[in-house]
Amino acid sequence: MMLSDFPLWPDQASTVAPGVDALMTFMCIITGTVSILIFVVIFYLAIKYRRTPENELAQDYEPPKALEAAWIIIPFFIFMFMFVWGSWLYFRIQRVPDNALDIYASAKQWMWKFQHPSGQREINTLHVPIGRPIRITMASEDVIHSLYFPAFRVKADVLPNRYRTMWFQATKTGRFHIFCAEYCGTEHSGMVGWVEVMQPTDYQKWLAGGTEGSLASQGEKLFQKYACSTCHTNDATGRGPALIGVYGTNVTLSNDTTVVANEDYIRESILNPQAKIVKGYTGIMPTFQGQMSEDDLLKLVAYIHSLGTQKATSAGPPSSLPSAPPPAGPSTAITQQNKGTNP
Amino acid sequence: MSSLTLHDVRFEPEGARNYLTHDFGALSWLLTKDHKRIAILYLFSITVLFLIGGFFAVAMRIELLTPEGDLLTSDTYNKFFTLHGIVMIFFFLIPSIPAVLGNFLLPLMLGAKDLAFPKINLLSWYLYIIAAVMGLYIIITGGVDTGWTFYTPFSTQFSNTHVFGVTFAAFIVGFSSILTGLNFLVTIHRMRAPGLTWFRLPLFVWAMYATSIVQLLATPVLAITLVMLMVERVLHVGIFDPALGGDPLLFQHMFWFYSHPAVYIMILPAMGVASEVVAGFTRKKIFGYSFVAYSSLAIAFLGFLVWAHHMFVAGISVYSAMIFSFLSYFVAVPSAIKVFNWTATLYKASVALMTPMLYILGFIGLFTIGGVTGLFLAAIGLDVHVTDTYFVVAHFHYIMVGGAVMAYMAGLHFWWPKITGRMYPEWWARLAALLIFAGFNLTFFPQFILGYLGMPRRYHAYAPEFQVLNVMSTAGASVLALGYALPLCYLIWSLWYGRLAGPNPWGAVGLEWTTSSPPPQENFHETPVVTWDAYDYPAMMKAVGETQNV
Repeated sequence: MMLSDFPLWPDQASTVAPGVDALMTFMCIITGTVSILIFVVIFYLAIKYRRTPENELAQDYEPPKALEAAWIIIPFFIFMFMFVWGSWLYFRIQRVPDNALDIYASAKQWMWKFQHPSGQREINTLHVPIGRPIRITMASEDVIHSLYFPAFRVKADVLPNRYRTMWFQATKTGRFHIFCAEYCGTEHSGMVGWVEVMQPTDYQKWLAGGTEGSLASQGEKLFQKYACSTCHTNDATGRGPALIGVYGTNVTLSNDTTVVANEDYIRESILNPQAKIVKGYTGIMPTFQGQMSEDDLLKLVAYIHSLGTQKATSAGPPSSLPSAPPPAGPSTAITQQNKGTNP
Repeated sequence: MSSLTLHDVRFEPEGARNYLTHDFGALSWLLTKDHKRIAILYLFSITVLFLIGGFFAVAMRIELLTPEGDLLTSDTYNKFFTLHGIVMIFFFLIPSIPAVLGNFLLPLMLGAKDLAFPKINLLSWYLYIIAAVMGLYIIITGGVDTGWTFYTPFSTQFSNTHVFGVTFAAFIVGFSSILTGLNFLVTIHRMRAPGLTWFRLPLFVWAMYATSIVQLLATPVLAITLVMLMVERVLHVGIFDPALGGDPLLFQHMFWFYSHPAVYIMILPAMGVASEVVAGFTRKKIFGYSFVAYSSLAIAFLGFLVWAHHMFVAGISVYSAMIFSFLSYFVAVPSAIKVFNWTATLYKASVALMTPMLYILGFIGLFTIGGVTGLFLAAIGLDVHVTDTYFVVAHFHYIMVGGAVMAYMAGLHFWWPKITGRMYPEWWARLAALLIFAGFNLTFFPQFILGYLGMPRRYHAYAPEFQVLNVMSTAGASVLALGYALPLCYLIWSLWYGRLAGPNPWGAVGLEWTTSSPPPQENFHETPVVTWDAYDYPAMMKAVGETQNV
């Protein structure tokens, strides 16, 4: 049997992977040593003090009580060390770097759909450049899925009710597995694919190979198609709020609370407009729940995102989504996650 | 202090009636209020369910011999792992030690005639049977494919299988568990023999006490959660499904609020058995008795505070993940205390490597591996990679099979002479114990590596590079299956042909060994008065003068 058919350690292909592997190695050494020590002691004692005619009765002897304190306190400090290391690593895995390239993903039974900002779409394959942080914003069309890149050591559940983000920066070119890690029905084990990590120049070449226009410009077409533009005009005269410059800002609602206009809020406002109405407007917008696919939603969000970088006085919507860092900044992932605990 | 004696045993006159021969006929069993007979009813029922759950496991392991999904269809495979989980957890592991050994032994260990509520005890068995029959009916008529975790919105809106029936069965069997816990709690508080103070209790009783608290407090949350799931599925009231305005993560929080403590419902009784067996086969008091007793309560309490460690990648906040990671490390401390104390008890002991002790030494080793790999999963940064992979599958099988089932086997062999009055064949039993230990490790250790390589759990077909380890795992599973088949045969054989055991074949202390085997219907001819501490071997040995050779 060839050794390559029988791997014992996974490919290490992202910036966080060596960190995860280092912690794994540490854990294996510490817990392996302690476990083997326990086995050896048990074996030794069980043989040495085995029952024989001379050793019918146990000796009336107890080890010193101080041992008890020792094996409470020492493991506790070892555990705390593991806790700190694990948490530090977790923060590293969660915090998205500033210059991340945005990719949008939607999951449905049983496929992964990826959309690049410049408009390319692919199914169960994801092309990414090496050496650049990739931020994936994702939602599910149906049940909970989980996007898992074993070679990058990252995984995040994909939820049907809000956007989640994950990021990685590949350090090796080649093909690596994409798995769905949360059980999602019949073809769960078929919901797999490949991530192709390419040199930046190859990635550019790949991007140039045919497109239907950028994601934001496709979103702009949908904005017309769904007649959003009749109410959401570019000035304050429309029946709905103007959307230019809104993305990433604080919006005051009719109940005088404020909300950050991020991806989740925009998504909610399309699907369930009555939930959070902007102050000064009435809730006349119809709901688009069930009428719009996650793909289209992502395009509209990308379009409104692109409007967000314009000044409110700007003449018209831009035609492409800039690849510059999003206005919400590097802490977006954490703020979005915090939302999750108080639904 | 020294009045614990074997000569207190009232040997039954020849032909005297015990609990098995007190009455005859099916009705005398089906309407019995005797805790010992109810324990036998449970023993019989959970063995049947264990075989059914085992069948699903075997079918899955055969399917996983090859990377392609070629033996079963995807839907069948999904139903099999779902049913394996539901049957093994709700219908085997949770009732196993409490409902069989706990039921049989608790009144005996306390010097009582029965549990506090004998009729409720019988009711809880009937609830179990009703749920089990419902479950079997559903298995025959099409099964269910949600995973035993019933995650929403898959379970409420997308699955076309018998979700309602299965959740209803789990709902009912939950009440069986609640009633058993309630019964045990009241019994331990109210029915201890004169002189049997809390710190004279065997550690098995402490473990059952802690378990009962968890059963009583956590199981109602499962019941509520399952009712909400059924309401959403049938009446389309939006609770968990976002399309109806619900939140799918709410379900996970509520589900794990029960299902994490449920792990302790399975492992705490196993720890109790371990303490009894270690004391019995070392003829020593468990080192650090009070630490071991309190650590059971600590585990029961802390077990309620760690549920979201199942959800580190599910979409909880970074800070709550940190808190749950921190608390998860806390709950590891009392488990570590027990392992170290059992090990220390061996020092200067008189260790007899009989079958129950072999199982328990295996238990300590496997539980240690299961426990330390829990530390990997509690490290959040590492959990992101290994959660939902075979690493988790290996980890919880080390706890539940390597821990709970090994201890159940140990307890069954240890108390088999008390339950049946006859000895099991020692040579065959040792062979089975070794087969189970070896087969178990060969089955589940490769899965740790598979998990770190990235193979997700619940995969019907998998990438070809995972095949070698999967073949090893299946090979191990066949050894394991053989190991479980042996006791099934020789234990039944021993009912007729086993050597007569006598009241105390192990020379162990504990009130259950001071009555005849099998015990009379009323357990003791006169209520014992306890004037000694648990595991007081020196006093007993002094009193007896010499021990039986075992």
